[in-house]
Amino acid sequence: MMPSNNPYIPFSSKVLEVIKHTEKEYTFRMAFEGEVRPGQFFEVSVPKYGEAPISVSGIVPGESVDLTIRRVGVVTNEVFEAYEGENLLLRGPYGNGFEVERYLDGECVVVAGGTGVSPVRGVVEALAASATPQDKHVIVGFRSPNDLLFRDDLARWENLVDLILTVDGAPEGYQGNVGLVTKYIPDLPLRDPSTAQAIVVGPPPMMRFSVKGLLELGLAEENIWVSQERKMCCGLGKCGHCRIGEKYVCLDGPVFNYTQSKQLLD
Amino acid sequence: MGYVLDGEGLDGLVRELARDYLVFAPVRKVGAGRFTDVDQVIYDFVDDASQIELDVKSDYSFKELLTPLSQTLFYYTEDQVREAGGIGAAGDPAREGDARDVLVLMRACDLHGVKRLDAMYLHNGPEDSFYRRIRDRVHFVLLGCPQTFEHCFCVDMGSNVAPDNWEFSLERSDEGYACAVANESLRPLFERYATASRDVVPAHVTQNEVHVRVPKTVPLELRTSPVWDEYNHRCIGCGRCTLVCPTCTCFTMQDVAYTENGRVGERRRVQASCMIDGYSTVAGGASYRKQHGERMRFKVLHKVYDFRQRFGYDMCVGCGRCDDVCPEYISFAACVNKLSDAVDEWDAQHEGSVARDA
Repeated sequence: MMPSNNPYIPFSSKVLEVIKHTEKEYTFRMAFEGEVRPGQFFEVSVPKYGEAPISVSGIVPGESVDLTIRRVGVVTNEVFEAYEGENLLLRGPYGNGFEVERYLDGECVVVAGGTGVSPVRGVVEALAASATPQDKHVIVGFRSPNDLLFRDDLARWENLVDLILTVDGAPEGYQGNVGLVTKYIPDLPLRDPSTAQAIVVGPPPMMRFSVKGLLELGLAEENIWVSQERKMCCGLGKCGHCRIGEKYVCLDGPVFNYTQSKQLLD
Repeated sequence: MGYVLDGEGLDGLVRELARDYLVFAPVRKVGAGRFTDVDQVIYDFVDDASQIELDVKSDYSFKELLTPLSQTLFYYTEDQVREAGGIGAAGDPAREGDARDVLVLMRACDLHGVKRLDAMYLHNGPEDSFYRRIRDRVHFVLLGCPQTFEHCFCVDMGSNVAPDNWEFSLERSDEGYACAVANESLRPLFERYATASRDVVPAHVTQNEVHVRVPKTVPLELRTSPVWDEYNHRCIGCGRCTLVCPTCTCFTMQDVAYTENGRVGERRRVQASCMIDGYSTVAGGASYRKQHGERMRFKVLHKVYDFRQRFGYDMCVGCGRCDDVCPEYISFAACVNKLSDAVDEWDAQHEGSVARDA
């Protein structure tokens, strides 16, 4: 394919592996050599179905990026299967992403729900590898035990960071935690909430109530970071769909400090 | 420096210009309006001065020249992507193989509108290649405005005097037509067709019937104010206001598949509107701003506040086309004034507290 300076022209990337988490959520491991950081996203083309912004859920520097895609009805199972070993069209990476270094030294809380785990997966990996993994508290919530993503990672993180894995609801006899992620925030064993950093990613109501819980716990607004998700058609600050107030989620986000994001009203 | 032309002179001038340029001007389409026996004035290519509508405001702006309703971005096959665009491509102003530059006749408000389109397409994030390609071929002719039209509020928006990016101006005068010529290289052409030369200053509007007061700052609390509620019932979400707006730039991507399996086709972008259903719908079906009043807030605040926070000047240029076209007779100008009243009221109630954006 001819290299192009036109920012709308996608490049072809080989699907190295398809990892199935649930019936609805697959991770596509895509060949990608460029620089990328957790929290950034790619515009992924599925020809005929269009383009969608997908967060980077894993990075092997110089080799690949993981894109965890939720099947929401438009992009069918057949389309997913068909692509193994073939190519997908990508553009990106776009957005600011997380400044991972910010969270490594002191205490840190990560609250993630559902596919919101994708953008923080790389951050959690860095927290687990930091000098003080015991000060890193990770609350991860899914709808039900069948909806778990990144099972292998969760099992590994269990032994590295303070991990709380919970599901919103479960059939009788389920052994793990049941309850919303917000239930676990008040009991976080933080030594100094006023200096702790926090990252919150998930569906809008979950983010709203999680941030509320963290503020009540004594965290400072300027230490809380959220990642926003909006409809995007370009990722280049042009199409207008992701604008909230004066901000464009694709250019200025998707990661916002809470002092900024609380000013944003859709 | 300027010239005076009679009807014959203007005919000759336009005919000669249309040899070197594509001339894009407001044109009256007889009977093409919304109701029976109503005309519509829209932009089209002309090669004759008699086709140009000089005396009224165009119903739609020039913007489809720079941001086509539908524009093919690339063609794809199983493992190849071929960039679209260029001379004669879908959305290109020219007919196939026609690489001529384009002369667009427009009023001061619309010339200010171009600055807003440039801000979005050239300066907000990376430069848009498709926009740039067309933009580089476009030159402007200023249509003087001796008086205001209905619904215009350019004076209050500060867009009544044109910026200096036009080649020459054109307007009616007692002697026929008057033109100020800014591009020196066009002088010989004017010398050939003018009946006289004299100083010409393009006319601009100094007084509108409609006045707007733009809010200096809008507290977050007013974004959920009752000001917007009436539009839940009045607005039907048709999006006409955004389609006629010379500063609205939003688009949506569309894939068009040529084959059943979808592996061969093209991607287009088509104009989109924040007032129309589906604008904010994310995968899975969730959407923001379901109420039309919320969409009105999103649009109005962008035009008179949010854009200014980002670029330093207001997006709205006061052409009033949104108010001309609204089938529900909603007035954008009145809405802005209601918003400013609400801001004043809020300020009075919170006197002493520092305005958050001060």
